[in-house]
Amino acid sequence: MLDLIKIRIEQGKQYIPDLRKAEIRKRFRGFPVLNGDSCGNCQTCISVCPASAISLQPLSLDMGKCVFCDDCVRSCPANAISFSNFHKTSSTSREFLKIGSGLTEADYFKSAIRARKEIVKIFGRSLKLRNVSAGGCNGCEMELNACSNVNFDMGRFGIETVASPRHADGLIITGPVTENMAGALEDTFKAIPEPRIVIAVGACAISGGAFQDSPALERSFFNRYKVDLYVPGCPAHPLTIINGILDFLRR
Amino acid sequence: MNWIITKNNQTLKLKDIPETAIDVLREDILKHCRSGMRALAFFGRNEAAGVKLFVVLADDAASRLLVSSAVFKDGAGGYESVTREIPSFCNYEREFYENFGIEPSGHPWLKPLRYPHDCRGPRERMEDYPFFRVEGEGIHEVAVGPVHAGVIEPGHFRFMCEGEKVRHLEIQLGYQHRGVEALLCGSDFMKKAVLAESIAGDSVIANMTAYSEALESQMKITVPKKAAAIRAIALEMERAGVHIGNLGAICGDVGYLTGSAFFGATRTYVINSLLAICGSRFGRGLVRPGGVVYDLEKDIAADVVKTLKNVQTRVEMMCEKMFNCPSVLSRLQKTGILDRKTAEAIGMTGPAGRASGLKLDIRASHPWGFYKFSPFYRISLDTGDVFARSFMRYMEIRRSLEFVIEQIENLEDGELRKELKTLEPASFTVSLVEGIRGEIMHACITGEKGEISTYKVKDPSFANWLGLAWAVRGEGVSDFPLCNKSFDLSYCGHDL
Repeated sequence: MLDLIKIRIEQGKQYIPDLRKAEIRKRFRGFPVLNGDSCGNCQTCISVCPASAISLQPLSLDMGKCVFCDDCVRSCPANAISFSNFHKTSSTSREFLKIGSGLTEADYFKSAIRARKEIVKIFGRSLKLRNVSAGGCNGCEMELNACSNVNFDMGRFGIETVASPRHADGLIITGPVTENMAGALEDTFKAIPEPRIVIAVGACAISGGAFQDSPALERSFFNRYKVDLYVPGCPAHPLTIINGILDFLRR
Repeated sequence: MNWIITKNNQTLKLKDIPETAIDVLREDILKHCRSGMRALAFFGRNEAAGVKLFVVLADDAASRLLVSSAVFKDGAGGYESVTREIPSFCNYEREFYENFGIEPSGHPWLKPLRYPHDCRGPRERMEDYPFFRVEGEGIHEVAVGPVHAGVIEPGHFRFMCEGEKVRHLEIQLGYQHRGVEALLCGSDFMKKAVLAESIAGDSVIANMTAYSEALESQMKITVPKKAAAIRAIALEMERAGVHIGNLGAICGDVGYLTGSAFFGATRTYVINSLLAICGSRFGRGLVRPGGVVYDLEKDIAADVVKTLKNVQTRVEMMCEKMFNCPSVLSRLQKTGILDRKTAEAIGMTGPAGRASGLKLDIRASHPWGFYKFSPFYRISLDTGDVFARSFMRYMEIRRSLEFVIEQIENLEDGELRKELKTLEPASFTVSLVEGIRGEIMHACITGEKGEISTYKVKDPSFANWLGLAWAVRGEGVSDFPLCNKSFDLSYCGHDL
């Protein structure tokens, strides 16, 4: 018994008190900061980017494709690309994820998430989500699990992942959606009662990410159904996921 | 000679690999496997003459690998199955059949392995697969998946139960199949590094190390000592992090919530230390062919050592309590037993194999990079139950943390990267790494122009899944999650 009390004392307070203000350490690659003026159009970044996320003239980087590997930053002779540790990078619009030159974190964050009135009204106080893992590497799934652990504890906001689609208000898709998973993804989505939302977590779910050229994918789900919230990352950090959902619910 | 002898990360010329008639090769495989060698790879590739089958066997006692090949002209013909004599060939033969249509006659269970997008012959649908059925009074079926209750990867489990008891479990995988091996081929191998990291998201360092070592061997470069040390440090941190998380999940599955919360928070310390080093909680972006990308500067190193010493204290404290707690032990002991003989027949590796008494550890038997200078001893337990698999993790966490702290404190200054060269044309390399779940095998074959023409990956889960199916026989169906967690298998590593 005494041992258990000792363990409890050692455990202390593990939760992050204010998730909205929490910061991630310096080397974390969050928001891309681009400087198009210094770009010499040498194409090196394009040749090293594994996800075809960069386009030149004008310089822009698509966070929906980016796998945040840092290879472009190191290869650029003009230091035109860098990543800040700003993690609130979720957006309700696919177009917004394409970051242009000179865009600051603050400007991006101000307009990236457009919360919809009816969503806030229905799900604002309680949101239950069902995850379907469809062909990824298990990275985003681990980070999604971490959202419910003692550190991040997303449950404090009434946001939880649930076991059955029948209990859910929305779907979280992780992974690039393989042919073999396409049917199960659609079945699960249809089992969620309306109104329902769709959240795409990670570069794979948003665009196919590192696997976008694979012939083994079947991504027609995204042609048929609209994604309400995009959470970029490879994998997406728990703080990006939680803050994205909170902003989406205008909490 | 029917075989050419090589070592971990040694590049062979393709033309030096002996070509043997398939029945001679088969006899040789039987002979070697009966005298203690194991199968490491058994895969085909399309060549001008037809389908060429490559076989790699491991001779652990002598730290060497044996390589041979056989050609099926025009991709036709068949051969007599090896599986009946050496069961660990089961999945290899299924995979070879699925990809190339060459039938092993007399194979006991030639079902599709992962329903790949590029399978040969008519594409069957996963939904139509007729599962093995047991019939009789009181027998019922339980079907689980591919979408599971928790936030985990997809896979289908079909239980044949008699009341509460599992009589048979059939596992169907392939839902995660996204064609990694095909994508890894080509000439822009630096771009593909991210793909190698995405073979399994919790074995980033292990897979990336295997990928890099294979390419470096082909380029004939040796990474600087400091880079090799940082790779080993990161790999052991990865191992400690995953194992601690796994112990937490086992505590959760037996309803021991103190352990679940405590280990969960402890894992966060370890993976956040990885983030401090390289900006990713799973070590993405740290290792690249040629060396490592990030340095362990003094202030970061001091911070990591301090954190990991705290982790050591926490793990000791919690394991002391957990492994002495009667209510935990009653759930762990004698649950999901996999005996040594079965484990060996299946070809189990890693902590799950070691818990059943198999003394297999690539760090000891085929050391690479930094492990050549800092040897690991082989440990094993013999009960093969959930307890042994959990306790094995505890022992490995201890060893890994000791290693990491010792190596960070003794880290010598030096270069981080070597200049890359071109790949050796028409050559063959096998790269082995002891990942968190066991041995990870990468085989890289280059074409005439020095491009990667065939890339083969074997994750430990490829064999270990069958161990789980075996271990749950005779257990209550409600103990399945616990058994599953104790094996800690990868879906994405299997499906590729």
